[in-house]
Amino acid sequence: MTLRLILLCLLGALALPLAAQDRLPPAPYAYQQLRDPAQEARAKALMEELRCLVCQGQSIADSDAPLAGDMRHEVRSKIAAGESPDAIKAWLVARYGNWVSYDPPFDGATALLWLGPLLFLALGGWLAFGRFRRGESDGEDAA
Amino acid sequence: MKNRWVLFVPLAIMGLLFGAFVYRLVTPAETLIQSQWIDKPMPLFDLPPATAGVEGLKSGQLADGRPRLVNVFASWCIPCRAEAPQLEALKAAGVPIDGIAIRDRPEDVAMFLKEYGNPFDRIGSDMQSSVQIALGSSGVPETFLIDGKGIIREQIQGVILADQVPEIVAKLEAMK
Repeated sequence: MTLRLILLCLLGALALPLAAQDRLPPAPYAYQQLRDPAQEARAKALMEELRCLVCQGQSIADSDAPLAGDMRHEVRSKIAAGESPDAIKAWLVARYGNWVSYDPPFDGATALLWLGPLLFLALGGWLAFGRFRRGESDGEDAA
Repeated sequence: MKNRWVLFVPLAIMGLLFGAFVYRLVTPAETLIQSQWIDKPMPLFDLPPATAGVEGLKSGQLADGRPRLVNVFASWCIPCRAEAPQLEALKAAGVPIDGIAIRDRPEDVAMFLKEYGNPFDRIGSDMQSSVQIALGSSGVPETFLIDGKGIIREQIQGVILADQVPEIVAKLEAMK
């Protein structure tokens, strides 16, 4: 009974993507590396830093979603045409916002993320310092 | 100890964190990524016809003085089928609609139009999603409201619902 239910769920999960999948082959540079290893290395580094819009939580380098393949094609084509990775990233951020990057800039939205560890370290230091001081005076009182 | 309730603060914080993690595990984040390419001109493109008997789509054609819709769709997209009646209603209300077919084969587009109607003035074929990416669009269907000068004014993500039709007609009317 349970097994049948699990199988049914699995089948259901499989059926949806199948029905909503296009029938075109992947774009040329979706799964093909650039000829120039230096260019490919730059493209690869950038693709690992870009977030897939479909399989959110995966980079476009890791995702097999058709849109991720088309984005890899876009990145590799632009690199091959001589564009810098920074320019390509800026081009994508202008369209999808910082969300598309796994390396968002330091700004109002990310300030707490960057400064948080320092803040908590300072707080911990302050607490510990207070504790030690109190401990010392307690000791003196007891003696 | 003056205030022994303070002792429970770490436990309470742990409990809250645990609750937050469980919540996110149970309801995964599915963020709808809005295009940032709004109030900006249509990106330059020149798409070939998506199938026989339709006209292709050039970005220059979108700045002819008449506010319009650009519908990003695909024959393989199931929700796009549910959107067809609303696009027909918009067309009937006098709204010009152009289409961009994403990763589609001509024969599949032809089938889709035969089955669900053709409200489009022109349909460009975007085989490698390059125009879709240039628009900041992250899925199908999506619809862009374009003013008469070819500036993108709004993005609608997902299926246009029947009760959105009058609102869209009014918005395009206001852009005239």
